[in-house]
Amino acid sequence: MRYIEPHGHMVSRTTDDYQAMALAGCKAICEPAFWAGFDRKSADGFHDYFCQLTQHEPRRALKYGLPHFAWLCINPKESEDMGLAKEVMALIPEFLKAPNVLGIGEIGLNKNTRNELKIFEAHVDLAVQHNQMILVHTPHLEDKRKGTRLIIDALKAHGKVQPGRVIIDHVEEHTMAEALDQGYWAGITLYPESKASPQRAVDMIETISAQRVWLNSACDWGHSDPLSVPKAAIEMRRRGHSSAAIDRLVYGNPLEFLSQSPKFILPEA
Amino acid sequence: MSKPPSSSNTPSRSRDEVTDAHFMETRAKLLDLAAFLDRLERAVGADDHRVRGLRAALPILLEKDPARVAKILNLWSDPTTAPIEKSDTKAASGVWPKIK
Repeated sequence: MRYIEPHGHMVSRTTDDYQAMALAGCKAICEPAFWAGFDRKSADGFHDYFCQLTQHEPRRALKYGLPHFAWLCINPKESEDMGLAKEVMALIPEFLKAPNVLGIGEIGLNKNTRNELKIFEAHVDLAVQHNQMILVHTPHLEDKRKGTRLIIDALKAHGKVQPGRVIIDHVEEHTMAEALDQGYWAGITLYPESKASPQRAVDMIETISAQRVWLNSACDWGHSDPLSVPKAAIEMRRRGHSSAAIDRLVYGNPLEFLSQSPKFILPEA
Repeated sequence: MSKPPSSSNTPSRSRDEVTDAHFMETRAKLLDLAAFLDRLERAVGADDHRVRGLRAALPILLEKDPARVAKILNLWSDPTTAPIEKSDTKAASGVWPKIK
């Protein structure tokens, strides 16, 4: 089996995880910028983080034969301080030149506040100005449905966003069709508790869509499983899905979306 | 753009096959739910919004509607539409705090 992990926060993971993912058939890892579990106090902290994502982490991944790609932003949990957010966003254009940066992400909303929405809109505009793809984080739990609708409204309102170059991530049963209906890609995140299980993800694939969809582990410092994508593939196999259908979902789909960036080149392609 | 169709190669399975594959894990989850409710009964105090949401979702399990998961997620969701001015927390609790 081969697969792409299109959303993993590897700065939070051990080298053992890289090894386990490589052994499970992972062919590439993509790492969006996110919240470190605490609020950073200055733009300098984000500068160092962006250096980690564009310089250090690709070297660490390469030790296990894994190409590493990144997305950059200030995440919504730290967007409430608009002054800091604008300072951090001013750093991003220079880092977009890095060979492993695929776009702007994971941007979005957390508690659906006015300031989060303003910074989300500013990120969208930054992405459009620099012809970048967009990876969207939708809020957690009870805030997800409302946040997804606010996000889709904001993307539409911009007027210059190409839906096929945007992935709305962390969709669940009540938000997936809405994202796909508007022409966006949808990401299903496999979490042990707070998002979808591999079983529910395969249910969604069977009942809503297997097209314009990727699966990801979003593994980070919290309760998460870096091998959840291959585990979902096993669930598909257990239900009788063909090898071609599994390969299409866990390798072909993310390859199709990510290859819209000229930087997303895999060694064997 | 319209929603793409679901996977054309979704395998057809009998109820027995689905039951064989998923019964034991579901049985265990149901017992965990029952044990959680028993644990609550042994504790002092009133249900908070999360437990109220959990209890409100239970009747949905017995409905014939095949979209039970979406229905429960919608039940627990914030139904408002406008962005809020400010939040006093970064965390979500799992159920909209103002659920009846």
